[in-house]
Amino acid sequence: MPADPVYAVVEEAAKQSYIRALKLLPPDLKEALARARASETSSTGIEVLDIMLQNIGVAEGEQNLVCQDTGTVVFWLEVGEDWPFSVGRVAAAVKMGTERATLEHPLRPNAVHPVTRKNTMTNTGRHLPVLHFDFVPGDGLKLMCLPKGSGSENMSFLKMFIPADGIKAVKRFVLECIVDAGPKPCPPTLVGVGLGGTADLCAALAKRALLRPIGSHNDDPVIAALEDELFAAANELGIGPMGLGGHNTALGVHIEHAHTHITQNPVAVNLQCWAARRASALITPAGDVTYGF
Amino acid sequence: MTDELHLRFPLTDLDALRELRAGQKLRIDGHIIGIRDATQIRMFDGGQKPEMDLRGAALIHTAPNVRKLADGRYEKVCIGTTTSARMNRFTHGLLDDYGVRAIIGKGGLLPESLPVLAQFGGVYLAVTGGAAALETTQIEEIEQVEWEDLMPECLWKFRVKNFGPLIVAMDTHGRSLYEEVKAAAGAKLEELVQRL
Repeated sequence: MPADPVYAVVEEAAKQSYIRALKLLPPDLKEALARARASETSSTGIEVLDIMLQNIGVAEGEQNLVCQDTGTVVFWLEVGEDWPFSVGRVAAAVKMGTERATLEHPLRPNAVHPVTRKNTMTNTGRHLPVLHFDFVPGDGLKLMCLPKGSGSENMSFLKMFIPADGIKAVKRFVLECIVDAGPKPCPPTLVGVGLGGTADLCAALAKRALLRPIGSHNDDPVIAALEDELFAAANELGIGPMGLGGHNTALGVHIEHAHTHITQNPVAVNLQCWAARRASALITPAGDVTYGF
Repeated sequence: MTDELHLRFPLTDLDALRELRAGQKLRIDGHIIGIRDATQIRMFDGGQKPEMDLRGAALIHTAPNVRKLADGRYEKVCIGTTTSARMNRFTHGLLDDYGVRAIIGKGGLLPESLPVLAQFGGVYLAVTGGAAALETTQIEEIEQVEWEDLMPECLWKFRVKNFGPLIVAMDTHGRSLYEEVKAAAGAKLEELVQRL
């Protein structure tokens, strides 16, 4: 495919991914919510989970947004090492697709200047949408869209531990974050954890963890065991659906890790609401698009 | 949910909510007023008074998705509820200066709002966050919009029918369901970290 039409395909795929993420929740999330409903012990918790499940059905039936918060738009791009087109022009196309989704649907505009609070009205702006790039084998391009609601994004935490603190401090910190956040991030939450790296990488890894299907594990068995341990512990806290009490405080704990410095052990926690929205679009060099989650 | 009460807003009796108790479920008919961070910053930090009458009102913490029509009116697209704690410091002014009596939101107001609710007969009503598609079906019409320059954080007047279910999460008797859950979770955390 000649270059110019490919960028139009990317733009349209970015637009559709953003809208799809807001309307269609992934099957693994719906299954996790159904499991939560089946295991919930609090009567209020059961009623709240029933409303969440009913709401997903209404959104699908009426082709409406699951949640009104159209979020801060984050895209994770997996670029094939043999992708034959410009990555810079892909980035520009993703931004244009975000803007078109906002204006053409229309979607609530959330992006404001940090001092003047003036709204761009497009959900794009300086450094927005947030773009991350991974380079993977192959010649395709995968867009992964994560519209992040502010109720959960405001519940983000970073702590620079030192080696003497040990892994116990890491576990305590993750659970403290969940308790401090309480009802605010719309539990049951997906708990994204970044472990290791530098402060900036650690925070990005916590966000990257939210793109994994719920119930998936880190490929390092040491980290996977930590995920299971923290997930079980989180669901003993009793915060429950919408923080009104109950068994289901978390739908999962996902940890992404990086090697770090001998003197440090950073931990970042990025909580994601129960409506853990994500959508993907896989684009081939021929311009074919496959939508998924 | 057979034990749900039905209330109509705006209230005519400003003391009508004193009999509600934390944990009760209810639904609302009539009108609710959408309000958000920027709206209240203008009212209380900017000292501007909106024309909309908030006496006896139920407010809802929201900034909706809307479509503007050719005649200048707004059509609903998707309307849901945001985190209330950010707007906690405006509670006293809303109840005292404006006569607001119910605040609908998610996640609760902070415990320092409990004495304010008790003094003025106000309650905090919890809605299920993120359930906006469902909430939108219970909003019949956007009847009035004030301060459009704050879009989407304007003052919105919604006509609602059977809006809910809502849970009385903070009442006029000093009870907050959130504080009870938080205290228990804090105690459990200390127990958990011993064995992790």
